[in-house]
Amino acid sequence: MELIWQGLKEAVRLIASGDPEVLRITRLSLQISGGATLLSLLAGIPAGVVIALTRFPGRGLLIALVNTGMGLPPVVVGLFVSIFLWRSGPLGLLELLYTPTAIVIAQFVIAAPIVIGLTIAAMQQLNPRLRLQLLALGASRWQLLWLLMREARLPLLAAVMAGFGGVISEVGASMMVGGNLLGQTRVLTTATVLETGKGNFDVAIALSLILLLLVFGVNYLLTWIQQRGRAS
Amino acid sequence: MRRIIMNRGCRVPWILFLLGMGLFLPPAPAPAGQAIILSTTTSTQDSGLLDVLVPLFEKKTGYTVKTISVGTGQALALGAKGEADVCLVHAPDSEKKYVADGLLLNRRLVMHNDFLIVGPVGDPAKIQGMKSAVEALRRLAEAKATFVSRGDNSGTHQLEKKLWKEAKVEPSGSWYLQAGQGMGATLGIASEKQGYTLTDRATFLAFKKRAQLVPVVERDRILLNIYSVLEANAAKFPRVNAAAGKAFADFMVAKETQEIIRTYGVEKFGEPLFFPDAGKREESL
Repeated sequence: MELIWQGLKEAVRLIASGDPEVLRITRLSLQISGGATLLSLLAGIPAGVVIALTRFPGRGLLIALVNTGMGLPPVVVGLFVSIFLWRSGPLGLLELLYTPTAIVIAQFVIAAPIVIGLTIAAMQQLNPRLRLQLLALGASRWQLLWLLMREARLPLLAAVMAGFGGVISEVGASMMVGGNLLGQTRVLTTATVLETGKGNFDVAIALSLILLLLVFGVNYLLTWIQQRGRAS
Repeated sequence: MRRIIMNRGCRVPWILFLLGMGLFLPPAPAPAGQAIILSTTTSTQDSGLLDVLVPLFEKKTGYTVKTISVGTGQALALGAKGEADVCLVHAPDSEKKYVADGLLLNRRLVMHNDFLIVGPVGDPAKIQGMKSAVEALRRLAEAKATFVSRGDNSGTHQLEKKLWKEAKVEPSGSWYLQAGQGMGATLGIASEKQGYTLTDRATFLAFKKRAQLVPVVERDRILLNIYSVLEANAAKFPRVNAAAGKAFADFMVAKETQEIIRTYGVEKFGEPLFFPDAGKREESL
């Protein structure tokens, strides 16, 4: 109990004093996971919409694969991204391993199936008659897509939250492809592992609390947007 | 149609803005020629020694060091595949094997400290004060006393396996736990399970406050923990930054660095964590 109390005090102290190291780690976490989420939205929402609204052979299999991908273990992603980015690997020329970009790539791979899967589900729960009605009202193809996505915006925002939550909290891939380098690729989760390994449990608790606060803050904002959208 | 879209679409930029923060990615990494990958063991990082030495090296030479701290087994494997430029590790037998195979070059002694066997306060297996670590392990096996192994092919684990081999014991059974984690985590498990474990002194000193474990067997010659630097082989792996790797290895054995190693940890733990060994022969330690 005393340890938790100490951790809480340390967390307050670290946040209140604006410890530069903690600030940098927090900002990096937000940037990397935010960037990865953004990329996964840019790729995942269109992909999900297309899969949801069209019919083609192998579609069922593809959806099953996407749904499996929603549970992709981060360490597995980390391992394969590492192998690709190694100097001896196919993308070794790019010298990306142990850089923030490498983590963004790995987290993109983790978040994209989540976003695609939830987008498919969001679009499919729309009443199919809505589509016919919009077409009857003379909507062009793009207007139709846009309006359908607007109609599904609540579950789509849930997809954003799930994607972001999935990557900000993962540690396996970040550790493997980032290397936990101080000032370069050390993020909140990997720093927590390191401090625990060093026996600095109070700092580890403090970092965990900051991570929780960060996730809460982002989700609060997204929920606010989501619920405001519902009210109008 | 158009009007509806314009009116209600204004929320989307919000979300994009929020996530767009992610695009301001951190400071660009150092140019490739200036970055050097150091693969090392968790103990050098967890003890804090590298936090002192690496910034000094960077300031002196202008290189940016990427320190990848993993178990020694993996650290050596990374160097031997040319994925790292230089290794700072502590598993003499495997190091010599890699050098003999031509995969790593120029092994040089840097420093040593020692391993010790630690156990629960009451010492249920009664091995306290035994002179031989091998004998002590044999007695632990006979007593089926809980023993927590690193189980991760790290330098510590490799020494442990060597000790079991010399004791002619094949450890198995419910008393023999394989943690598969770093030294700190393994000490934590040993403490919770009231078990024995083999640990390096630096990590043990750092964890003394947290773990309810006491030294039971120490100062056996076989328990020496010798750290060396090895350079990756640029002739085999053209991507290796040989000049940078050599610069780091030279730095580790330089006089000033050795002086820092000599005094590191005295202030915090009341005793040094490492003893500098540059230029010495292994047999003389």
